[in-house]
Amino acid sequence: MSLLALQQDFRAWLHVGEAPSDPRFAEDARAGLDIYQNNYRGQIVACLDESFAVTRAWLGDEAFQDAIIAHAGRMPPHSWSLDHYPDDFPSTLAQLYPGDAEVAELATLELALGHAFVAADAVPVATGDLAGVEWDHARLHLTPSLRMCGLTTNAPAIWSAITAETMPPPVELLPNRGEILVWRHDETPRFRTTDQAEADALRHIDKGMNFGSLCAALVDAGGDDPAAVAGQWLAQWISDGLIIEIEGETRCVN
Amino acid sequence: MHIATFDGFGLGMRKPHYPAFVEGQVDVDFVEVISENFMVDGGQPRRILRQVRERYPVALHGVSMSIGSAQPVNPDYLIRLRALVDEIDPLFVSDHLCWTGIGGFNSHDLLPLPYDDETLDVVAANVGRAQDAIGRAMLIENPSSYIAFGHSTMTEWEFLDRLCERSGCGLLLDVNNVFVSASNHGFDALAYLDGVPAHRVRQVHLAGHSQGEALLIDTHDQPVCATVWDLYAHLVGRLGPVATMIERDDAIPPLAELLDELATARRVADRSLREAA
Repeated sequence: MSLLALQQDFRAWLHVGEAPSDPRFAEDARAGLDIYQNNYRGQIVACLDESFAVTRAWLGDEAFQDAIIAHAGRMPPHSWSLDHYPDDFPSTLAQLYPGDAEVAELATLELALGHAFVAADAVPVATGDLAGVEWDHARLHLTPSLRMCGLTTNAPAIWSAITAETMPPPVELLPNRGEILVWRHDETPRFRTTDQAEADALRHIDKGMNFGSLCAALVDAGGDDPAAVAGQWLAQWISDGLIIEIEGETRCVN
Repeated sequence: MHIATFDGFGLGMRKPHYPAFVEGQVDVDFVEVISENFMVDGGQPRRILRQVRERYPVALHGVSMSIGSAQPVNPDYLIRLRALVDEIDPLFVSDHLCWTGIGGFNSHDLLPLPYDDETLDVVAANVGRAQDAIGRAMLIENPSSYIAFGHSTMTEWEFLDRLCERSGCGLLLDVNNVFVSASNHGFDALAYLDGVPAHRVRQVHLAGHSQGEALLIDTHDQPVCATVWDLYAHLVGRLGPVATMIERDDAIPPLAELLDELATARRVADRSLREAA
């Protein structure tokens, strides 16, 4: 048997506890195999514990441990970085708690905050940088730390309460599906909730739509005072530090 | 491939002590960091490492390259490591003689290898790929192990010797790991230390371990034990001055405790060098 076959045998032991059949494992290997399996499981538990402290507090220790076991069985680590292992945990929670959307949404928020913490560096434009921008043709570049996640519950309020060590509010379903924006300002991850319209606008901007086209699309959509809405969004994006570059007739770059 | 020598005393930098290292307040000659903790796009970790690098030589120590996998090293990993190497200009770049995953699975543990010609071909090829990708020679560290494979045809130190010859890599010798594996597998730790190619050793790790139910476990959460200090003294007598550091990965104590342990390392090395002179 090859080295590859031996390693596949070892993987089966770690992941599903299937005792190695390869005769190259010594008869007295069991104590050592147990240590490796214990290390493997310990890494998974520590990783998810650290990444989802708020979700754990919301679910309770026992339910959270059950979720870890379910996730580890469903999805073993696949990346060279253990930091990537939490990425799929919210989807496991969504499967385990189909009637409690706030659980997966809490985990998604924690995950997005973690991603924002180590996202690529970028310097946001300042209000003073905007003189001379031709807004009709201006193309906005968003901070690479920005993540947008769908929202159907008051999970952000629950997150804030648990983080502040106060009594979390009861779960509420939002009347309309919303979105949560997560990004990093300086070295601190931030988030705010918004509606679908602003999140869609940011997605269009991210795909290259210029600001004039965005305004035209708002007019076509027939909402109230589209120019004012676009202006408010832009002011908020700049204030939040979401815009890192504006390409227009006058180039404004940090 | 040439690998520079450095004979100072350092510490593995762990999160609770980041501020002290950033401020340059720690009396060490070099710092070692876990490469993967800084192989991120940006943010606070990279800023901290840049600041620490302004004050100390930095060694990059990896845990996920998986040079023993029967598949080529992940190219994405190597691209990210190269970017970090280019930014930090590290003193050394090291990883372990082990495999961590295979076929889209990653254990995030240092898994053991059989020591035979097939494994030597695999590891030498992977070290060669890695060195080509990062543009410099690596140091390979001996792991602690809890399983020995009956079909191994050479000892670990013979394997490391041949690996160095084949790939041009150097060695990072973890004296605690030698002690743990020697205890677990019943070989002579002194024979190991006398068997490694001395001219290839560029760095030494000192750490602690725990007694498991049947085996010693490389927990790196304890002070260095007396036997490991004796082994270190023996090794320094053979090698001469060598970059040495205390490595603590869990139950991280106050910095003062680690510096006390590092002072012990300096005393042990000084005494050993005087006796060898």
